[in-house]
Amino acid sequence: MKKQAVVINHKDNVATVVEDFPSGTIIHFFIGQSEHSLQLLEDIPLGHKLAICAIQVGQDILKYAESIGVATELIRPGQHVHVHNLESRRGRRDK
Amino acid sequence: MDILGYRRPDGKVGIRNHILIIPTSVCSSTVAANIANQIPEAVALPNQHGCCQIGPDHLQTVRTLIGFGKNPNVAAVLVVGLGCEGIPIRETAAEIAASGKPVEVVIIQEIGGTLKTEAEGLRKVSELVRQVSHLQPQKVDISELSLAIECGGSDFTSGLASNPAAGIAADLLVAAGGNVMLSETTEFIGAEHVLARRAKTPEVAEKLFQIVHDCEERAKFLNVDIRDGQPTPGNIAGGISSIEEKSLGCIYKAGHAPIQDVLKYGEIPKGKGLYIMDTPGQDIESITGMLAGGATVVIFTTGRGTPTGSPIAPVIKITANSRTYKTMEDNIDLDASPIVSGEETIEQVGHRVFEEILAVSNGRRTKAESLGYKEFGIYKIAPTY
Repeated sequence: MKKQAVVINHKDNVATVVEDFPSGTIIHFFIGQSEHSLQLLEDIPLGHKLAICAIQVGQDILKYAESIGVATELIRPGQHVHVHNLESRRGRRDK
Repeated sequence: MDILGYRRPDGKVGIRNHILIIPTSVCSSTVAANIANQIPEAVALPNQHGCCQIGPDHLQTVRTLIGFGKNPNVAAVLVVGLGCEGIPIRETAAEIAASGKPVEVVIIQEIGGTLKTEAEGLRKVSELVRQVSHLQPQKVDISELSLAIECGGSDFTSGLASNPAAGIAADLLVAAGGNVMLSETTEFIGAEHVLARRAKTPEVAEKLFQIVHDCEERAKFLNVDIRDGQPTPGNIAGGISSIEEKSLGCIYKAGHAPIQDVLKYGEIPKGKGLYIMDTPGQDIESITGMLAGGATVVIFTTGRGTPTGSPIAPVIKITANSRTYKTMEDNIDLDASPIVSGEETIEQVGHRVFEEILAVSNGRRTKAESLGYKEFGIYKIAPTY
């Protein structure tokens, strides 16, 4: 089966898609050795991320097993995770 | 394992044999470029610096120009001064000449105008050509190689594939006794704690945290937000959502070796192994700093695609984005996209990257070299006055 999305570390709560996928697509991916599938709730462009579990407001978004920012709203599994709902903690003048 | 290299009088080894024409002021840049235009072996560093700079910013420009002159890919140097600039012209030339290579100087205000200076400069460079053109590369151990690793125009494939593959090549060179430099302090933000675990001593870890802290503080001092410039619009379109995500992907390109030390911009490392250099994330200024620090070959991973070359070193371009490889094949040397499609492993492509470094070290021209791209830019850390 061709790879559709990549979860880099088993601690991650996002996957990165390796093709453009329209909303409604059921995509398949691996977490470690175990295969998972999930229906996309939004269009996910090539290289962008989707939540693979529910992420609460203020919760860390994890990729490479590290925080890449915090969620600014509840993100459901299959939703697009990007600058509209992820906020960086670093290099900010306000914090 | 052997490569072909030019052993310089100071014992260091280059893989190219350039004659470098260094203007010590923006005011002598056109004269330097004009001289280089006439002589195929010569390359100039036209730049906007050299005068009315202060303190550490002035010193950094001087260090960068001297470092380029000393770089082992350079066989001989002509320094072109205006005469009244802030950079000390003759001291700069003398510092380069301390490495033992032939260095000449021309100064526009002393010779009497640009036309006479260009004529005198041409005469001197043509003599330098006759002094160094017969040099032949000799077999040397691969541990003589100094590799700079850069990433630019990043997208999701950078952290996923091309950077980890570059990291494998970096590990192979460190294991063979060579030198590797990782730079781009902006792109350690959010990943510095991961890198710091590999610092050779607690002092080196502390230096790493300090340069990242200083980088963030400089932006705050200007009352601006790093988020205005990082990630770039292209990074965001390519799927990168934050500086932390970009950084965590970036640091893969340095492999897994222990970090020996943290260098100032343009500083030459004292030993072998993996070093970190404090540079901005901007590609040209970052590469310029590492070449001033003595790097002789550059690996450049990209997602969006870039044409970057250098006046004195081969820049090997790698992408793991299959669309970018197709659309920018004129500029990209190595296709790492089989990692993303699952046809090759990161280790396999990493070994291909290493083979490419060997081939380029042995004389094969990169695409940027064969197309004549020669970007150069010095990192400024204070306003000009």
